[in-house]
Amino acid sequence: MRVHCAVYARGLRRYSTYRAAAVAGILTNSVFGVINAMVLLALFAARPEINGYDAADAVTQVYVAQALIAPLAIMGPALELSERIRTGAVGTDLLRPVSLLGWWLAQDLGRATFDLLFRSVPTFAVGALLFTLALPGDALRWALTLLSFALATVVGFALRYLYSVVGFWLMDTRGVWAVMGPVGPVAAGMLLPLTLFPAPAAEVLRLLPWASMVQIPAEVLLGKDTLPGGSVYGGLLLQAGWAAVLLALAARLTTLAMRRVVVQGG
Amino acid sequence: MADLLPANAPEAPRPPRPPRPGPRDGFLREVRRALRAYVLLAWTWCRAVAQYPMALSLLTFGVALSSLAEMGAVAVVFGHAGTLAGFSVYEGLLVYALAATAFGTADFLMGSVERLGEHIRSGSFDTMLVRPVPPLVQLATDQFSPRRLGKAVPALIVLVFVLVVCDVDWTAGRVLMLPVLVVSGVVICCSVWLLGGCLQFFVLDARQAANSLTYGGQALTEYPVAIYGRSLVRAVTFVVPLAFVSWQPALYLLDRPDPTGLPGVLRFLGPLVAVVLALAAALVWRLGLRHYRSTGS
Repeated sequence: MRVHCAVYARGLRRYSTYRAAAVAGILTNSVFGVINAMVLLALFAARPEINGYDAADAVTQVYVAQALIAPLAIMGPALELSERIRTGAVGTDLLRPVSLLGWWLAQDLGRATFDLLFRSVPTFAVGALLFTLALPGDALRWALTLLSFALATVVGFALRYLYSVVGFWLMDTRGVWAVMGPVGPVAAGMLLPLTLFPAPAAEVLRLLPWASMVQIPAEVLLGKDTLPGGSVYGGLLLQAGWAAVLLALAARLTTLAMRRVVVQGG
Repeated sequence: MADLLPANAPEAPRPPRPPRPGPRDGFLREVRRALRAYVLLAWTWCRAVAQYPMALSLLTFGVALSSLAEMGAVAVVFGHAGTLAGFSVYEGLLVYALAATAFGTADFLMGSVERLGEHIRSGSFDTMLVRPVPPLVQLATDQFSPRRLGKAVPALIVLVFVLVVCDVDWTAGRVLMLPVLVVSGVVICCSVWLLGGCLQFFVLDARQAANSLTYGGQALTEYPVAIYGRSLVRAVTFVVPLAFVSWQPALYLLDRPDPTGLPGVLRFLGPLVAVVLALAAALVWRLGLRHYRSTGS
């Protein structure tokens, strides 16, 4: 556990050196947030309520999505693990006395923590300054929202780890990213809130792991009863379930990969 | 360019030089040379990526998938709203298709310039400067890939489809103006792309910020800009003239009055705007080149 804490701290510190990039990222996220929000505001001006969402709800979700882009890395970049598998540097990682999954989880959570503090918070603040957001009034729901964001980050990591670990079989995972890159934001409710999708498609997408990254956290923040089980806790449970399932799958695939990996060199 | 050739270039037997051309003749020849170099380098990269057909088809499929998703989003939004800014679903898709065709083609032709910062940081931009091919051509063709057609081609297909479905009064003028407007859109987008790239001459980490200009511009023009309100319409008409990529051409093709009250003559100014913006981009590129100091020691 001490090793993981140290790796986590190093991950956090490493990403805290790229400050200019963080500022540029906040600018980009804010600009895209403004564009998406204005499109949805125009839509909701024509129809004040769609499937339980009003304009403020939709704009809030837009800024949840923009704020979470960086910590979730939903549109990339891939975990460095991909490149290390391709070049064989993963051999070094396997020599370490901690599991591959735990090592990368600790490091990536370090990065995500930095992004959550210095990308998500400013981006969301810009949204709150420019638009009327539907924000919860009580401290409990803020705490639950934060928990939901944390679970979203773990789900995001687990998916990226899975995209990377298939590299043990495929060698190059850029193709996986090429296909999953566009699918992720759509299925997560980042491109548009899933609420606006045709009902049957939305029903299915809500249950898939991607929804746990944006749609569910946004609805937890908004306190919607469309969450599974009709309450915020149902949504959190679904997220925790996906995090556990995906991490277990990741651990299983890692074990399988270990049986066939051959590291060349000498 | 000639004085930038390495001093120790191999002495090949050369044919006798033709007499030095006049200035005008020389300019045309330079352009032809640059275009030939562009095609040659682009083709070389195409052959390189074609060595991995599976990866290429997956990447192309991915790009097509994301443009399909954007199109779906436009359809969903218009489907709920009925009409936005007086545009129906198909008319909204016409705006989307014009924007996506222009940006997709610009991305295909010039998208690589956004990696200028990486080239500067790694020093490979210095290599480009000493080669006897214009550096802009090398930069634009670097890692040129046909996968980017995954964006332009679906957009073009949708454009043809909506032009058939929409109620367009096909006069001879419209038939002739259509390709002119599309090409102007492509030139405007290429210029925006180059301007965004040039930003990295001055601020090295500006790639992300430039993205909000290029990709942000695309996202903005995918919808009728009138929905963003009057002040933004004026900004994208007179400051960063993205309105001439999709909005003004759509108004012209559908023969609509401008709902934001700008003069109707604007819809014919696309080509002029394209030329001015391209000249501005060229000027900024030269400025950037002059400003550039190698990172090497």
